[in-house]
Amino acid sequence: MKKEFSQKIGFSFISLCMFLTVLFLFSIIFFIVVNGIRVISWEFLTQMPKEAMTAGGIAPAIVGTFYLTLGSIIFSLPLGIACAIYLCEYSPKSYVVNIIRFSINNLAGVPSVVFGLFGLTIFVKYLGFGVSILSGSLTLAILVLPLIISASNEAILAVPQSLREASLSLGATKWQTIKKVVLPTALPGILTGIILSIGRTAGETAPILFTAAVFYLKGYPKSIFSEVMALPYHIYALMTEGLYPDKQVKIAFGCALILLFLVLLFSSVAIYLRNKHKNIYGYGN
Amino acid sequence: MDMGTKEICKVSYFDSIKIRAEDINFFYGKKHALKDINLNILKNQVTAIIGPSGCGKTTFIRILNRMHELIPDALLTGRIFLDGQDILSSCIDPTEVRRRVGMVFQKPNPFPKSIFENVSYGLKVNGIRDKNFIEDKVVEALKKSALWDEVKDRLDDNALKLSGGQQQRLCIARCLAVKPEVILFDEPCASLDPISTAKIEELIVELKKNYTIIIVTHNMQQAARVSDYTAFFLLGELIEFGRTGDIFKSPQDKRTEDYITGRFG
Amino acid sequence: MKFSMRGFKEKLYRNVLSILAFSSLFFLGSIVLVLFKEGLPIFKKVNFFEFVWGRFWYPTYEPPEFGILPLLLASFQVTLGAMFVCVPLGIGSALYLNEIASFKQRKIMKSLVEILAMIPSIIYGFFGIAILVPFLQNLLNLPTGLCAFSASLVLGIMATPTVCSISEDALSYVPRSFKEASFALGANRWQTLVKVVIPAAGSGISSAVILGMSRVVGETMVVLMLAGGAAVIPKTFFEPVRPMTAAIAAEMGEVAMGSDHYHALFAIAIILFFITFVFNVIAESISRKYRLKLGLGQ
Repeated sequence: MKKEFSQKIGFSFISLCMFLTVLFLFSIIFFIVVNGIRVISWEFLTQMPKEAMTAGGIAPAIVGTFYLTLGSIIFSLPLGIACAIYLCEYSPKSYVVNIIRFSINNLAGVPSVVFGLFGLTIFVKYLGFGVSILSGSLTLAILVLPLIISASNEAILAVPQSLREASLSLGATKWQTIKKVVLPTALPGILTGIILSIGRTAGETAPILFTAAVFYLKGYPKSIFSEVMALPYHIYALMTEGLYPDKQVKIAFGCALILLFLVLLFSSVAIYLRNKHKNIYGYGN
Repeated sequence: MDMGTKEICKVSYFDSIKIRAEDINFFYGKKHALKDINLNILKNQVTAIIGPSGCGKTTFIRILNRMHELIPDALLTGRIFLDGQDILSSCIDPTEVRRRVGMVFQKPNPFPKSIFENVSYGLKVNGIRDKNFIEDKVVEALKKSALWDEVKDRLDDNALKLSGGQQQRLCIARCLAVKPEVILFDEPCASLDPISTAKIEELIVELKKNYTIIIVTHNMQQAARVSDYTAFFLLGELIEFGRTGDIFKSPQDKRTEDYITGRFG
Repeated sequence: MKFSMRGFKEKLYRNVLSILAFSSLFFLGSIVLVLFKEGLPIFKKVNFFEFVWGRFWYPTYEPPEFGILPLLLASFQVTLGAMFVCVPLGIGSALYLNEIASFKQRKIMKSLVEILAMIPSIIYGFFGIAILVPFLQNLLNLPTGLCAFSASLVLGIMATPTVCSISEDALSYVPRSFKEASFALGANRWQTLVKVVIPAAGSGISSAVILGMSRVVGETMVVLMLAGGAAVIPKTFFEPVRPMTAAIAAEMGEVAMGSDHYHALFAIAIILFFITFVFNVIAESISRKYRLKLGLGQ
């Protein structure tokens, strides 16, 4: 009976772990939702900050996050898909594949603050883009590149080989096959990757600390060379800068709720789509 | 092994050779998958290639439209003549070969696009832009593949909605639309039910009037029903080639006889 | 004519793609180059040993002192603390999902864990500073809640979904036949789990832990907001510390470009980069061997 007893203890322990994990994560979400929902209103979402950040809305931060995210996807998407196509379709020599995979994996593991330093040195200073939407987007683009590549890679690998063969056997060239058969078929998977990347970039703070974000702007950014407010940075700044911490906390809760909502929305949609499109093809492998 | 040539000389079909394979050897890495294959395929005839799995029959027909080039680490020696022209030569565009030599695969593999787009695909990738011309060809191909009546009202439906047998006939239509001269069938009925299989077989017999057909099958009854000539492959070698009736009634080689009578494979 | 045009285009696409495919390598290389170019000059002022082993980080004093031992130890301390949270929770949850959860529950929970892994670190940092820190300060009667303990706790919770998700993948790769063989010998589920499944998935799980560690070491916002920021050698978990990432993030905004302090921050980034790099390489090689061992190919 000792055997059964140890099983009971063991199973209780791992159940407790699961319970605690869920409890911790949900309590974080719970506190942010409960405190944030009080501040959220139409005005909060659509107006400029007022009275030294103690009142008004966060519209410019939402808009700024939108620009930065959009910018980073515009830069990283073509590059990421090109890389995935090359890896999957042009079957380069195995040492080439290994080198590329190695760099993708390690780029994915670089701490985000290091991307910030890189962006600061190259985009802000060396190329002279200054602290701007452009610098921030480029920095974020490099950060999400591995994510886009691996999602596209998976999506392209899931396209049945028989479709490629069918296309080639009709006299299509390799590029025609990629453009007209492989990419359209892989599109849902690639889309999942894009949505995941949007969720990821929207929440990144450290890379934009020195490359794009500022605490306060008088209006909306005018060009890609403008500085920009962004939701994650705004939360940070509200908690660490400014003169009225008590009033700022409330606004920060609102910002955090909006950011959390956006990120959870994007990642749930992406994961839902991915699970749904797994094995969409009834045939082939 | 030049039995094929002998047989053909005897029946004096020499002028109607569509495809001629000469000394074909094929290696996957270290595996010697095809050994000294010499074989003639006659125009407007159905040639069946039979043999146990792993005997190289699929590999062989893939060489005929240069699909073997998709396999990494493969090595091919020998020559394939299509109407006297060596199609393995590096100055020949593989896409042109594949347009002339079409292929229907084991499992139906329509593109996840509409029925119409599936059939018109080959025309479009070959540079045809004229919409009316494309439409005519699509209808013609669907009629020839005996699918027209079933799909004429829903050409814009996704091809994946069709049944397995319909999908396979769609793949045949897709192949016909580009006007190939030779059609390779790689076990086209392997994943189909008996009724769909019968339809496809009927179609193959019908198609031979205008096309040269090669069909790989491990179903001997099927080979006997549809083909005029049969080649028997074993472990990468061509063991025997001849008229289907002769091969099945009086095989020359002991191994062919063993296979046909079901003693192995 | 048509053929040659087609052939030309094909070659062009291939070449363009092959160049673009090396972008990751290019960026990784550029990052290393930039870090070295901007970081190495500090070693003209202090030697490497003094830099890494120096006990005092006073970059703005006159004369400045660039000893990063306090920062290194702080990073080590919060990472260790976070591991105490995320390793049991992450692996325990993975075992729960793999062994106890029903098929449906597991499917839902796995997606949920993946979604939670996407919550940005700024949210964790914010939660910590707005809710957890005041709470801990009262509960434990601390002089300040901004300390290594708060940072570790939040980092640990943050890394749990990652560790859980990767460990669960490793567990799910263990072939059914292993378990069945064990059941057939009269072992119960717990014994099978401990004696067969966990050892078989061991290297996969350890690579999950290492990846979690790498994520924690490199994490910036949480430690920047919660660790307190005092660059002193930590003695207990309940005093303020300044891990490497926090030092870079907090000080980079204020340094003069090209100053010694500026170079010193890049030098910290070099060390940080190599720590995470080594972790990632180890994790990757372990998981590759693991997959080969179970015959899963790449």
